[in-house]
This record gives sequence, C-alpha cells and structure tokens, in this order.
Amino acid sequence: MAADVAELPEQGFTLPPWVREIVVPIVAFMLLVAAWEAMVHGFSVPEFILPAPSAIWTETTKIGWPVFYHTLATLRTTLLGFVASILISLPLAVAITASPLLSAAIYPLLVITQSVPKVALAPVLIIGLGANELPRVIVTFLVAFFPLVVSTTAGLLATPPELIELGRSCRASRFQEMARIRFPFAIPFVFGGLKVAIALSVVGAVVAEFVGADQGLGYLIQTSTAFFRTSVAYGAVIILGILGIVLFQVVELIERIFFPWSNSHEKMVV
Amino acid sequence: MIVLDGVAKTFRANDGSAVPALAKLSLSFRPGEFVALVGPSGCGKSTMLRLVAGLIPPTAGDISIEGSRVTEARSDTAMVFQAPTLLPWADVLTNVVFPLRIMGRYTPESEDKARELLALVGLAGFEKKSPRELSGGMQQRAAICRALLIEPRVLLMDEPFGALDALTREEMSLELLRIWSARPMTVLFVTHSISEAVLLADRVVVMSPRPGRIAEIIDVPLPRPRSFEQEGLHEFQDCAQRIRSLIFGNGGRRSGIA
Repeated sequence: MAADVAELPEQGFTLPPWVREIVVPIVAFMLLVAAWEAMVHGFSVPEFILPAPSAIWTETTKIGWPVFYHTLATLRTTLLGFVASILISLPLAVAITASPLLSAAIYPLLVITQSVPKVALAPVLIIGLGANELPRVIVTFLVAFFPLVVSTTAGLLATPPELIELGRSCRASRFQEMARIRFPFAIPFVFGGLKVAIALSVVGAVVAEFVGADQGLGYLIQTSTAFFRTSVAYGAVIILGILGIVLFQVVELIERIFFPWSNSHEKMVV
Repeated sequence: MIVLDGVAKTFRANDGSAVPALAKLSLSFRPGEFVALVGPSGCGKSTMLRLVAGLIPPTAGDISIEGSRVTEARSDTAMVFQAPTLLPWADVLTNVVFPLRIMGRYTPESEDKARELLALVGLAGFEKKSPRELSGGMQQRAAICRALLIEPRVLLMDEPFGALDALTREEMSLELLRIWSARPMTVLFVTHSISEAVLLADRVVVMSPRPGRIAEIIDVPLPRPRSFEQEGLHEFQDCAQRIRSLIFGNGGRRSGIA
C-alpha cells in the first residue's frame, strides 16, 4: 500500500518508505521517553508516584533473574489459557454452526459467561480449585475464548452459498462440507479471533495472578506496589506490553506463513 | 435418457406464502444431446437444472436419469455455475481435482488427467496458480475442467459464460463445442443469449415465466461442427427470430435485443 502511494508524484520533501515506517516511530518513541525522563527530574516527581524511565530500568534489572522467571510464569499461564481457548472455541463454533438446536442451547450460556466479570470470578475459582495453575488457566480461558467463538462462527456461516452448493453437487457429506469448505473459508475469521484472543490471554493471566499466585508479572505488580516499589511495577507493566506485542506478532506470522491466502485483502470472486 | 415426468417446483417464501417456480412439466433429453434452456428471468431455468442435478427435490413428479430416480446429487452429473466458484485457498490443480477427492475417486492418474484437461482449455502452466491470479474467463475454464474431470454423462451449465465479456464468451462457446464433440455427454445449458443458444444447441427449450413453463421446443437444423459464420444463414436467423417472438411476443421483431 505504502509503495503505491510512494509511486505517485508528490510535491516537496518526501521520506523513503523505510524511514517513514521504521525510523520515524522509533524517534517519536525515544522523544516521548526523553520527555518523560526530563519531566520527572524537572518537576522532582517522587519515585513512588511516577518513576523516571531510567529508574524503572535500574530497579527492574537490579532484581535480575526472578524477573525472568516471573515473565516465564505469566507466559506459561497465557499460552495454556490461549491453547485451551482454541481447543474449546473451535469445536464450539462448529457445533453452533452445525445445528440450530445446539446453537440455541449454547449461545445463551456463552453470553452468561461473558456477562460475569472474570475479575470477580477469579477469587471464587481459587477457593474451589486451590492456588495452583488450573484456576489461573481457567480465568485466562474465560477472558480469551469468547471472541474466538464469535468470529469462527461468523466465518463458518459466511461461507458463500455457491461453495456450499458446489460441495453438495460433489456429494460432500456434512463432515466434508465442514472440514473441506466451511472451515478453510473461515480461516481468516479464525485468525481475526486468535489475534484478539492472544491479547486477551495476557490480560486474563495477569488478572488471575493478581488474586491467586506466588509468581508471575501480575504477582510482581501486586507485591511491588504494596511496598511502594513503583519502578518495579512499571517495569513489569512494560514487560507485559512487550509480551503482548510479541505474542500477537507470532500469531500473525503463523497466519502469513501457513495461510497466505488469509491475509490477502483482495476480494475473491467466488 | 433424462426424463422429467410431471415435475413441478414450488418454493416457500420467508413469509410462508408459496411461490411456484415451475408449473407441472414433462420433458425428456436424449443421451448425448446438447439442449439450451432459454427464457426471461424467473422462468425456472435454473430451478430445472438444480432439479436434474438433484440439489433440490421436486414438489411433484419424478426425475430420472438412465432409468434411476434422482433423489440426490449423482456422481455422473457435473454442474458448472455462473460464477467460477473456485476455492480461494487452493491452487488451480487442487480445485480441479476437488470433486474427485470429495467423492473418494481420486487416483494417482487423476492429477495427470487434470493437467491434460487444463492444457485442453489453454491453462497449461497455471496449475499451481491461485484462482485470484486468473482472469474471469480463465477461472471459468478451470471450473469447466473441474466438471469434466469426473467424466460426467450429464453436464449441467447454469449461464456459465454469463459473467464473461462478449469476446471471451464467443471463444468459450466454440471451445465448449469442441470438448463436447470429443467427449459424448448430455449437456443442459441455461443461457440468456438467444444467439448463444442457437449456436450451441441441438434443441432449444424456450421457457416463459411466472410460473415457469415450456413455451416451445425448437429444433436447430444447423449442421455440425458449428461456427459463427452460420449466424448469417437463414436457418440460424429463423430459429433466433422464432425464439425472440416466443419470449417477447410479436413485438420481438421491433426490439433490438439479441
């Protein structure tokens, strides 16, 4: 897209695309960090209210390896919850699409799970299941799975009737229709849902760690704010941000490598 | 032999009212015959095709092919739709062998046969291309290959060239005739174009709408192989004129619609 725009004759000063897309955002980001640093020092803001970026860096790195283990713990909960979302959402979406009866039975239940605030549910689950990985994964799953069900269902239902008729004219069974026509067609929708789900999985894992964990970045935020070590809490938040971005990019990379047709935004003529 | 015996089809609209698409009609097609179905929109041409394909059940009457009743799609019947209807995620070759895979009739030779067919319609070298890299005409050629690969005895074509430009359309018509003369099969060809119907068909079934019924069946006496030069012959003109007047009434002579 950007290349097309660059082809057009433009008046005056223009930047090469790579400068505009890579250098400009980095410079803008660094300026923001510098302004933050200068403001904290200039106005002598106490560290426990707003630490300077330099303080965040020194305080967080001072902890050393434990930060890494906290990150690993959060990553593990995030990924387990994400995988659980996939394993449950996709069959659920297929069931909803396959039968109006199942759809009528399942959809209200789904809406109820979404109406319950998961933050409120987390302590309740921990009483029932103990303070281990399982309740954290369940909370993560509950936060993340719904968009995946909705978008996969939408994709399965959006399959053009012409393709369905083609399947029927080839004597496709209902299973073949689902596996070889509807599901491949829904792949771009599935990935839309996966991208939302991976971002929400990080949120879910942190929420779970707030209420019931002895490790993880959520736990780190909780304990460090309790002792007014705001710099460390900020450090944990930044790591969470990076974690979210990296996981999102991984999902996008998988889509681009294994399902190249999915990302092409051209409208197919079917 | 395809026999439609007292076949009628009524659809149910969303508000529950009955919409007759085809009034009771009886008709038969000889094996190897090329029949065009012509008529204005809403005359039930596509409905008739889908009934013969076994995609929808008739409300009344019976349809049989070679003496056996059509109750579902048959493995010796292939359909070509107005849109190419290719799977966007699969390459051309995978699309062409798709019905064989679905039917469980895929063998190691299937791929060679698919390549041969693609070469026959001028798509050699495009086997691994994605459908979106092909023009509309090329996509429709691939769809025709897909239908031919199952070696159908009945080929049902629902305005297959309707979405193509006029030049591609003429080229494809001749190509279809060439393929049909090499592989004997019964072709039912739905079209809006009167000249296309006369050029292609042994018989033209002219239909009229609301509810769909047969106005007349016209034999086309032109010799084969057909070519566009025959459009100048008076037999061609007589057939076209007869169809036009059946569709538009006697005002057909005045209207300039082809």
